[in-house]
Amino acid sequence: MIRLEKRPQPSKAWIWSAPIVAVLLTMIVGGLMFMALGSDPFEAIRTIFWDPMFHPQFAAYSRPQLLVKAGPLILIAIGLSIGFRAGIWNIGAEGQYIIGAVCGAAAGLAFYPSDSIWIFPLMVLCGILGGWVWAMIPALLKVKFGTNEILVSLMLVYVAQNVLNSVASGLLRNPEGMGFPGSRNFKQWDAAHNSELLMNTGMHWGVVAAFIAVLGAYVLMSQHILGFQIRLSGEAPRAARFAGVNPSRIIVFCLGLAGALAGAAGLFEATGPAGQITTTFNAGYGFTAIIVAFLGRLHPVGILLAGLLMALTYIGGELAQLMLGLPGASIQLFQGMLLFFLLAVDVFTNYRLALTGKETV
Amino acid sequence: MDLSSINPVLLVASIMISATPILLAAIGEMVVEKSGVLNLGVEGMMITGAVVGFAAAVGTSSPEVGFVAAAVAGAALSLVFALLTQVFLSNQVATGLGLTLAGLGLSSLLGKPYEGMKSPTLPKLDIPVLSDLPVVGRMLFSHDMMVYLSMVLVLAVWAFLKFTRAGLILKAVGESHESAHALGYKVVRIRVAAIVFGGACAGLGGAYISLVRVPQWTEGMTAGAGWIALAIVVFASWRAGRVMIGAYLFGGVTVLQLNLQAAGAKVPVALLSASPYLVTIIVLVIISARGAHAAPASLGRSFHATR
Repeated sequence: MIRLEKRPQPSKAWIWSAPIVAVLLTMIVGGLMFMALGSDPFEAIRTIFWDPMFHPQFAAYSRPQLLVKAGPLILIAIGLSIGFRAGIWNIGAEGQYIIGAVCGAAAGLAFYPSDSIWIFPLMVLCGILGGWVWAMIPALLKVKFGTNEILVSLMLVYVAQNVLNSVASGLLRNPEGMGFPGSRNFKQWDAAHNSELLMNTGMHWGVVAAFIAVLGAYVLMSQHILGFQIRLSGEAPRAARFAGVNPSRIIVFCLGLAGALAGAAGLFEATGPAGQITTTFNAGYGFTAIIVAFLGRLHPVGILLAGLLMALTYIGGELAQLMLGLPGASIQLFQGMLLFFLLAVDVFTNYRLALTGKETV
Repeated sequence: MDLSSINPVLLVASIMISATPILLAAIGEMVVEKSGVLNLGVEGMMITGAVVGFAAAVGTSSPEVGFVAAAVAGAALSLVFALLTQVFLSNQVATGLGLTLAGLGLSSLLGKPYEGMKSPTLPKLDIPVLSDLPVVGRMLFSHDMMVYLSMVLVLAVWAFLKFTRAGLILKAVGESHESAHALGYKVVRIRVAAIVFGGACAGLGGAYISLVRVPQWTEGMTAGAGWIALAIVVFASWRAGRVMIGAYLFGGVTVLQLNLQAAGAKVPVALLSASPYLVTIIVLVIISARGAHAAPASLGRSFHATR
């Protein structure tokens, strides 16, 4: 009989090959799913993973989209991954993202139609603050009362969505929008527009922030004492306490950082690609970022790659919807499958297969 | 604001309707957690149950078939979770989240053709004598069978955990899987059974939303009910009776805020719509501040038998 046997050390080879194996398995099973939906599996997989980059006709449009979509995913996932490393499960990034966007947009709109160069930095700052404050709610409740941060942060997503619905058709509604819900369009207001920095690359300030976050997280986790304490709290909470690590400080730091980054991502999205605050401007990036964080092994460089891959499946999914008539929701399922396969394959990082029957009778 | 427009008889009746899906999901999840497994995929299993139940009920024009199909679908999805966490020893939090994300995707994929349709709904039971009682009859005794089934389920789970040997073994596995294993109990098998039961219950809860409460299918229609069910298990300190109180309390808040919206209360609509979630947070804080946790000791920990 085959059974699992714990490895003395986690396998280095499997840590990095597990995501690749998971992607391959997802392609195979996803292909079968697309076949069941009545499309050619090879064509579907090619449309999702290859065409967005290299299709002669569409690639020119879809290539810049890669960074546009990867930016927020990476920015949010970096923040989440640091918390996950410490065993702090903030799954309400979507709410922090919404509130960040709302706060940042509100701060900017208060000065409309000023063309000061300080408008955009002010909005970014308020976006970060908004996300941070929203994340401080579960953080402080956990520190003060021991309340479960998973449930509180998630409940706050629904609260944030209600806040968004309210302000999009109330406080922040465009007074010249003829009564339609939605804020002023930031694309028509240069001082607040998060514009493309290099033509046709999709590079905007949010993407720059994401790259800086990757670097910062790398330095924090591998070089800084705080990063070590975060990892220690996650892997051996008791040892961390004996070593004098203050758990409350770690909780507040991790949730605060994740909230701040998610808030910034929301603001960059609202002022850039989305262009305005509407009830649906948030495209669920806060939830997909959870997959990105795991797929990237909670490691900054891994998250960078995973964010790009996940962005690719978004664009490829849209393309497949357009060209093959595949339902849009199938790509969401595809992304969920990717996480499942990764989690399943991951067992080989810590365990190996062994044939039994030798020592036990 | 015109509070007289709120009819107390209808109010109580609709509280029962809105509490039932959460009650079903929460009682299932409680059994799962009692066995030491934290399945955060309740929302995903509920919404899958909702869409599969709806499709089956429309296809056969029988709501009963819909409920059975929903339970099977919820159980099938929970088997994926069981396979990953019990065999492949994956992290339960991550796997549960993945299950929710995948369930949401799967449900909108399956549900596309059914948007805008109406489903056959369960008939209201006509219990002799009781249903004919003035006021109380319409308030408590004129519901469909699932409302009563959910209560019977709570009673059954309570009795199972309190009085049966199997219930004791389940709790032992949840408190200390090493000891239970040393005593010769099959930890993984027991946990898989509990997970599947939880999945079936979540599926039923989802189907109740799409077949009775709303009677139609819309994407994302469970709107966090699965997460609230998880919160209710914590609120209930893992006790069946309190799960029921929690679900009805939550159902009450939901219905009350809808009634207040309809009555034109001078409170912002956003605040009213967010109130069920806010109340959940407040209740969680109160419970955790009291320090009465009573969580199963092995909750969320993977079990791997070394020999």
